[in-house]
Amino acid sequence: MSRPIIEVRGLSKRYRLGTIGATSLREEFNRWCDRLRRQASPADQREFWALRDVSFEVSPGEVVGIIGRNGAGKSTLLKILSRITEPTGGEALLRGRVASLLEIGTGFHPELTGRENIFLNGAILGMTRAEVRRKLDEIVAFAEIEKFIDTPVKRYSSGMHVRLGFAVAAHLEPEILIVDEVLSVGDYAFQRKCLGKMEEVSRGDGRTVLFVSHNLGSVTGLCGRAVWLAQGRVQSIGTADAVVAEYVRSQTEPTRSDYDFHAWGGAERCSARLMITGLRVNDGAAVTHGEPFRARLFFRTQALVEGVSFALGFGTVEGTMLATYDSDLGGQRRTYPADLEGVIEVILPELPLGPGRYALSLGARSGDAGGLDHLPACSVIDVQPGPRTHASFVHSPGGGLRLAAEWVGPAPTSK
Amino acid sequence: MTPFSGEIAIRPTRGFRGLAARELWAYRDLVFLFVWRDFVARYKQTVLGPLWFVFQPLITTVIFTAVFSHIAELSTDGLPPTLFYLCGLLPWNYFAQTFNSTSGTLVANAGLFGKVYFPRLVVPIAAVISNLIAFAIQFVLFVVMYGLHRASHVDATYGMRWDALLLPLVLLQVAAFSLGVGLWLAALTAKFRDFAVLSTFLVQLWMYVTPIIYPLAKVPEQWRVWVAINPMAVPVEAFRYLLLGTGAINATLIAVSLAMTAAALVSGVLVFQRVEKTFVDVI
Repeated sequence: MSRPIIEVRGLSKRYRLGTIGATSLREEFNRWCDRLRRQASPADQREFWALRDVSFEVSPGEVVGIIGRNGAGKSTLLKILSRITEPTGGEALLRGRVASLLEIGTGFHPELTGRENIFLNGAILGMTRAEVRRKLDEIVAFAEIEKFIDTPVKRYSSGMHVRLGFAVAAHLEPEILIVDEVLSVGDYAFQRKCLGKMEEVSRGDGRTVLFVSHNLGSVTGLCGRAVWLAQGRVQSIGTADAVVAEYVRSQTEPTRSDYDFHAWGGAERCSARLMITGLRVNDGAAVTHGEPFRARLFFRTQALVEGVSFALGFGTVEGTMLATYDSDLGGQRRTYPADLEGVIEVILPELPLGPGRYALSLGARSGDAGGLDHLPACSVIDVQPGPRTHASFVHSPGGGLRLAAEWVGPAPTSK
Repeated sequence: MTPFSGEIAIRPTRGFRGLAARELWAYRDLVFLFVWRDFVARYKQTVLGPLWFVFQPLITTVIFTAVFSHIAELSTDGLPPTLFYLCGLLPWNYFAQTFNSTSGTLVANAGLFGKVYFPRLVVPIAAVISNLIAFAIQFVLFVVMYGLHRASHVDATYGMRWDALLLPLVLLQVAAFSLGVGLWLAALTAKFRDFAVLSTFLVQLWMYVTPIIYPLAKVPEQWRVWVAINPMAVPVEAFRYLLLGTGAINATLIAVSLAMTAAALVSGVLVFQRVEKTFVDVI
């Protein structure tokens, strides 16, 4: 077997909670005084290991997926391998030209034209000017923006923006490509094109790809092997199918009805103003298709928050979202004072989800775009068949929604 | 994508890291593109474009002439006050501009640095170069003013020296020093936001310990070495010496100034590189 192109040995990364965000001189002075008095200051004790002793190897030409729940350390691993931040311990060796795509269109300048931004973005990603010039026509054609190539990017639609960004990225010629979940943007047809380009990149030219995703479908579709991270450690490594199957099975821990989210998600969670602290599913009763369903969300505010709406989402355990209930669709946006411990309950008169297992996601935002807290796939529910469940659904539980509609067709004919 | 092939080893570094000059050189195209982006983006947004670089020193010179020369009656070393101030402002404005743009490097580019790797020094180096454009415009302004003055005073005793050809070397020193202090401030601002407020204030005060509104000759001889510890003092005086023919500089002062500049640059690079490796974690 040839020498691995990526070698990760004992990689660890520690974050100090409470010191995230730049400090002020005063805080630093206090900490310094504490150190003089040989006392660990309270801030120093709150450590968080985002990665702990992670090791794996990737051979040239392999496509490896990284899976795991939120806060499992996937993003931290990518940031270290992309050299955006340094590890606290261990090492990683990358043998070849590395391109990492943690975002699409990094460094685009709104005042510059599409053409100018191709050069700029290409250079930021590591292409030389000569390389960009050689591939310019191809990039422009891939992005489908021929007509707007000399228009400032600030006049682009968000779709054009994404297409241009991906087109540049897709024309890098690295030996190692590190991709975060960047494909979840853009329209569907373009997503297919990008996935196709990625496959072409790896299969056609024997390039190595490290791919992080929540979408288990694309991991099994694209990757040969997968690494499953849980709480900063490698839980399992193997063929993508086997690891994904194992991961999905692990989500079949006996479902609970009470959840505590105070420590959920680790350092990546942004919940400074309002935090969803807990969930009680259906008052502890079994969850049944076609019957009323209630979920109680517990939250805490750290500041005055205005126009708050909550959301409850149901998805497959593989990560595909099926249905979302937003409190502001019913016109409910509320303002909460600071330091409030609150509860809000959502009641569905008839649960439309067919029997099966689902992941529940929770969220809160202020207004239309101000995200307050987001907990994707933070809990699991098992939906049981109920009295209203159609017999065919009980016999072949496929999951998903089963909804009523009016069916119109030719009048029944008799023979 | 790294613009070069070869093994990349990622491991925690202890202490200070040396300068990866080879890697920096591999990213020279990016330096060029950042310079060009700064230039293009700046003029697309302003109505008057590069004319701003002309107005700013002109107005400052007019005010200096009125306040310091006419009201306070400070010496201008026997030179016409307009030329005296304008000449001193040439290296000073370049320093202040570069210092401003490099000291904000880490904080202003946090979003970019959090998403993609390239040697972080590329950004401040690009700022040093792109500010040369403003310098060039102001230099042309100076030459025009100089020409006008000479034409109206045929018997003038001041004049450009032949060794004005050494000017690029002096400018190089100013560039090196602005980069050095800028990197220090960039590193400190990333860690403590207090320094963002401080740096604006610092530049304002700094001008008064630099011989801009007064000639170095007005400083008692035995004190001049102390003034030269401010590495901007000698270059400002050297500009006037080379371009207008008067100035109190000697080998000792130049040596002190160069040594201080080298110290600022080397320590600036080291401190910056120490902070850049994990600053995305605390931003």
